[in-house]
Amino acid sequence: MKIYGVAILAACYLVGQFIGDWFGRIFEMSGNLGGVGFAMILLILLNDYLNKKKLLVPETEQGILFWSSMYIPVIVAMSATQNVKAALTGGWVALIVAITATSVCFLLIPFIAKINRINN
Amino acid sequence: MQNLVNILDKNGLIFAFLVVGGIMYISFLFGKKVTKNKIPAAAIAISFGLVIAYFGKGEKGIASIPAFSGMALLGGSMLRDFSIVSTAMGASFSEIKKAGLAGVISIVLGIVIAFFVGGVIAYFMGFTDAKSLTTIGAGACTFIVGPVTGAAVGATSEVIAISIAIGVIKSVFVTIATPIIANKIQLNNPHTAMIYGGMLSTTSGVSAGLAATDMKLVPYGALTATFSTGMGCLLCPSILYYIVQQFI
Repeated sequence: MKIYGVAILAACYLVGQFIGDWFGRIFEMSGNLGGVGFAMILLILLNDYLNKKKLLVPETEQGILFWSSMYIPVIVAMSATQNVKAALTGGWVALIVAITATSVCFLLIPFIAKINRINN
Repeated sequence: MQNLVNILDKNGLIFAFLVVGGIMYISFLFGKKVTKNKIPAAAIAISFGLVIAYFGKGEKGIASIPAFSGMALLGGSMLRDFSIVSTAMGASFSEIKKAGLAGVISIVLGIVIAFFVGGVIAYFMGFTDAKSLTTIGAGACTFIVGPVTGAAVGATSEVIAISIAIGVIKSVFVTIATPIIANKIQLNNPHTAMIYGGMLSTTSGVSAGLAATDMKLVPYGALTATFSTGMGCLLCPSILYYIVQQFI
């Protein structure tokens, strides 16, 4: 049943939130530290494990895949509910940060590709 | 008319499904006809969302209009984080091993470099608090890492909107630049495609950019980009936020 997949996803999400919250309190910082990231790692591990044991039937998987196909629409809804008017005053920041940060990453690609070849 | 508004008001989330469905449809159509699939439909749709937010009256964008209040629920942190976690289904540790050490380095480095370059520029452009700098740095990773981080550290809606905008511009920039510079960075094999995906993190930009370069490379880049996005959601609101706090 699809709900099994949704339930697996919910379990990973909640455990991730719990870990993130726990880290937040340990380091005495407000908010949730990396809860989404922990949840993603959990889901990857669980997915690998269940696949190996052949326990993940396509129907269950569908329950998770539905939500992953919803993520762009959810991000669109999120964008539509931000304080864009105020953000426009920082429009130049967005453009300069995006282009510069991306260009630096682009430039490093050939070097990192080489690191591996030397090691091999 | 008042009846209609009442019904929409009462069924906010359902109406939000309809509205977002409409936005997605128009964006895909626009992407196909006007940009000839050169710009990812996801980036067009998110930009569309930001434009719509502009017409809302207050802090909450379009959701400040009662009939559209459901948009705040659909795009709220709970459903957003839930659906983002589900995208990890596209990644697998056994696959990532094929990318080797360089693949792992690229996933971490792609996040750290984008984060600090973004943060430093934001600092010199007048942002001085750790929450805003962290959120803008995270936005330089992807349009997902930005708002996830912003919500986690408690940044303002204004800064979160800037971080989304940065991520969207990055996605479009990556898409357009990839086929142009593919030869210069020797992006013509699965190995480099994986490193490219890890370094640039933005799954939509990487997928569209690779599709325009060489269709066969798309799954390799998309895999490491997905990992990189997850890594960003993990590192930005935790270790990297902590480091920023030490400097500010």
